[in-house]
Amino acid sequence: MTDGTDIRRNDGAGDAKSFKGFCQEFSKIPGPGGEAPPLLRVSGLTRRYGACIGCAEVGFDLWPGEVMGIVGESGSGKSTLLACLAGHLAPDAGQVLWRDRDGRTRDVLTMSEPERRMLARTDWAFVHQNPRDGLRMGVSAGGNVGERLMAVGARHYGRIRATAADWLGRVEIDPGRIDDAPHRFSGGMQQRLQIARNLVTHPRLVLMDEPTGGLDVSVQARLLDLLRGLVREMGLSAVVVTHDLAVVRLLAHRLMVMKDGRVVEAGLTDQVLDDPQHPYTQLLVSSVLQV
Amino acid sequence: MNAPLDPPPAPAVIDVRDVAKSFTLHTQGGAVIEVMRGAALQVRAGECVALTGASGAGKSTLMRMIWGNYRIAAGSIRVAGVELAGADARTVLALRRDRLGHVSQFLRVVPRVPAREVVAEPLLGLGCPRDEALSRAEALLARLGIPPALWGLSPTTFSGGEQQRVNIARGFVHPFPALLLDEPTASLDGGNRATVLDLIREARARGAAILGIFHDAAARAEVCDREVDVGGFTP
Repeated sequence: MTDGTDIRRNDGAGDAKSFKGFCQEFSKIPGPGGEAPPLLRVSGLTRRYGACIGCAEVGFDLWPGEVMGIVGESGSGKSTLLACLAGHLAPDAGQVLWRDRDGRTRDVLTMSEPERRMLARTDWAFVHQNPRDGLRMGVSAGGNVGERLMAVGARHYGRIRATAADWLGRVEIDPGRIDDAPHRFSGGMQQRLQIARNLVTHPRLVLMDEPTGGLDVSVQARLLDLLRGLVREMGLSAVVVTHDLAVVRLLAHRLMVMKDGRVVEAGLTDQVLDDPQHPYTQLLVSSVLQV
Repeated sequence: MNAPLDPPPAPAVIDVRDVAKSFTLHTQGGAVIEVMRGAALQVRAGECVALTGASGAGKSTLMRMIWGNYRIAAGSIRVAGVELAGADARTVLALRRDRLGHVSQFLRVVPRVPAREVVAEPLLGLGCPRDEALSRAEALLARLGIPPALWGLSPTTFSGGEQQRVNIARGFVHPFPALLLDEPTASLDGGNRATVLDLIREARARGAAILGIFHDAAARAEVCDREVDVGGFTP
């Protein structure tokens, strides 16, 4: 990795004084965290459905504060991959190495079930495509958010309620509706409530399956803005599965393209979209009106 | 063409050497189109260089390879000491964060995000305090003649010229040591055009290395030290 000091070494010597001063100014800015190890290291992840391949030999690293997009058409294996990562499906082979808050590396796939459930309640979050799969529809909005707090040991009712109200506000749901059940909310509000429920415990990794699917365009935009702000302010890392190339362009730093269960192309998001190398990626990009 | 080098040459902040680019169109029978060969140019600190050449000659292709959204088929492009040929995504992202700025021709933003946030975003990404980032963004928007009433609105609803000025503000809000400008004065009226040329001159004076495409020949003559005709890189 290279850092800002290289410029000073190369150009600071005999150049304009202003340039030197200017380099000193920007060298004070914290670096991109290039030295930090990845948060998640996935390798050889494979899941078959009988003779069919769900996903095969998938591997990637994810660093703190990074959003990775996974695109591909229906049946390309992207949701299978996400379900394997989340522990909703047991993969046939592979490793999912997670760096916990103490800096220890754990293989998520060989963890005990209670450990994995604890991880899913604390450091990991999963945002389902259909909010009904991620919410308890019979419990109030506040209860949905508070439940996850209680799962990590919060017991003080007033504080739980205040935190829940705060999070409803952050996802732009009127805190006055804290006692309403989610079935009385619109689809977009339900999706935002699901995000609040997931993020209230300050997870370090969020897995999202088509988070803006089925929402109309203005609600999608609001959700994208919200997610980007959270990634920046909370240093969240995320894996986002979607078929919407415009969404990944705005949200994802890096992109993986899947076809028939395998990763056919991966890299910098705008490079994959603007200069696609694989025949399938070229087809995918040329098939949309504008991204 | 390149002017003769004055000895001793300062190291180039943007350094393009023997770069080639081709596209393989798998959707069209695997046709291979060679678009560039032997491209070379250097932009030093405090220098502004214009890319010239007929439409389709490869100005944008070269800019995109330097920005990193096009792969480099052969050769080397170093920006602020970082090699871009074969660079991984994280290396390019780190470079774009604090060392390489870009004013593209068209604004591409998340709808609904206010103009002041769009402009402040590069600073926020660098950890600049929110109040400071927003006030710097607003100062630049004001200077570029965007009325305060628009700062809180999404630029997706703005006119073409206003969008372009938001884009320019976003590119100049952080003092990037290397800057790519794609038609920064197109569709701007006299006053705003002069402001943009001032911004370019100020960036040059603080030591930025600037590479731009300017169809506006008068603007080119005003702010550029020299021109490089990409027609010379046609295979």
